[in-house]
Amino acid sequence: MIDLLSIMAFHAAYADTIDSDRLESWPDFFTPDANYRITHVENEQEGLPAGIVWADSRDMLDDRVAALREANIYERQRYRHLLGVPLLESADENAAVARTPFMVARVMSRGDTQLFATGVFKDRFVRVDGKLLLADRVAVCDSTVTDTLMALPL
Amino acid sequence: MQDVHLIKWTPQLSRVPYSVYADGDVHDKEEARIFQGETWNYLCLEAEIPDTGSYRTTFVGETPVVVVRDGDGEVYAFENRCAHRGALIALEKSGKADSFQCVYHAWSYNRQGDLTGVAFEQGVRGQGGMPPDFCKSEHGPRKLRVAVFSGLVFGSFGEDVPSIEEYLGDEICERIERVLHKQVKVIGRFTQALPNDWKLYAENVRDSYHASLLHLFFTTFELNRLSQKGGVIVDESGGNHVSFSMIDPAAKDESYKLQGIRADHDRYRLKDPSVLAGFDEWPDGITLQILSVFPGFVLQQIQNCLAVRQVLPKGKDRSELNWVYLGFEDDTPEQLRVRLKQSNLVGPAGFISMEDGAVGGFVQRGIAGARGLEAIVKMGGEVVESGEGRATETSVRGFWKAYRHHMGVQA
Repeated sequence: MIDLLSIMAFHAAYADTIDSDRLESWPDFFTPDANYRITHVENEQEGLPAGIVWADSRDMLDDRVAALREANIYERQRYRHLLGVPLLESADENAAVARTPFMVARVMSRGDTQLFATGVFKDRFVRVDGKLLLADRVAVCDSTVTDTLMALPL
Repeated sequence: MQDVHLIKWTPQLSRVPYSVYADGDVHDKEEARIFQGETWNYLCLEAEIPDTGSYRTTFVGETPVVVVRDGDGEVYAFENRCAHRGALIALEKSGKADSFQCVYHAWSYNRQGDLTGVAFEQGVRGQGGMPPDFCKSEHGPRKLRVAVFSGLVFGSFGEDVPSIEEYLGDEICERIERVLHKQVKVIGRFTQALPNDWKLYAENVRDSYHASLLHLFFTTFELNRLSQKGGVIVDESGGNHVSFSMIDPAAKDESYKLQGIRADHDRYRLKDPSVLAGFDEWPDGITLQILSVFPGFVLQQIQNCLAVRQVLPKGKDRSELNWVYLGFEDDTPEQLRVRLKQSNLVGPAGFISMEDGAVGGFVQRGIAGARGLEAIVKMGGEVVESGEGRATETSVRGFWKAYRHHMGVQA
């Protein structure tokens, strides 16, 4: 049975990976054919399928990290994720569906911190070889506005 | 603060005084002379207000506006400001309405923006009420002229603005119709808050010079662009432009061969190149077309990734960029999937577009102490004209030509 604690432990490791700039390990939290999307509540309510980020494979997440490291130009910044308690919608031995609220502060190299995004992760987890992985993650932001740009993933 | 007419403009369009991006008085003048002047401002897509009573709220400059379809099938637009005390009439971003009622004192309006009801107009039990000479038809929010072109709804506060076709010019009209050639469907909306004056984004969109220099995604992953040819079109007014490129069939085979030579151990290759896999959609072979309409409208085709963008001023050194991602009503699920994947190129996290969200802020911060100094936009000379190369700032100068015209700047 996938329980609350194991999902919370997953979230903690996931957030730490992004917040401590180990982006290369971020795709490891996903299955090879995972869906990952960042959108906001209005699109979600209207059923509009596009994302700020839209991926249907783990390789696309690797590519995004490579682009952020090698190609894209943005000011040095980092995130601080704070995740709430997951609401488990369903769970069995090998799969779980959960919703987890998040807050992400963005810390700029200039020294200022701002609340960058709040929202909810809508997740479907699967257990593969004993390890929890995300098969689907939709980050639904509460705000329709993104400040300046979104470089790092949520 | 410095009046826009006190800013020192050189006769040449290739010089831009930095004060124009930063002075509060400029901002107020732009509201009056550009956004409420003789310009057509993008309001929404016709597809977003399909039925009788469908409405959206948007902005012309910083002025709030309601766009609505009435029972006669026509689109109307009026200032989103109650004629009584000035409160917003419609609060939602979109909806469906038989009529509109201000929440403050319940004054009501029909879908054409006419004042139709004043609460307690006759008073209560003979007390109060409006004087008998109060005439509702003399009061109401300002109405905009509305023009629909190729499914795009434009509005104007101007009295003497030319027809939309004349305003756009033949070539821009053709290039809009080329993309929006059948019924579109909205597939997502995103807003980017830009830490800069709106004009820095308007220039960025028209700046075909920066594309391969700032945006390194294509070159880093060695996604071939060498075989592309293209050009820039600037309309007569200067304010509207198209920048386009296409695969040159003659160079195509050779460059594909070169790509094939690249070994698999190449460090920077996309692991999942399906992000760029597209389908042939336009027989003319144009794979990229960026089109702008003065002051703040952009239509984008990047391969199969379609979007309209609306740039709006928000205070004197902030702006907002509204993205509406598009597909067509008759897209197959596979075609929709392609558009969704390619949308990773654009928007707030776009492999190409994300830098554009930041670079205007770099300028805004860079010029903080540069009153009296000027930017130089001289690539391609002093002229404003269409041409084949894209290492030019011709359409940026075009923007300033139109801007100076509307602002009444005498060099």
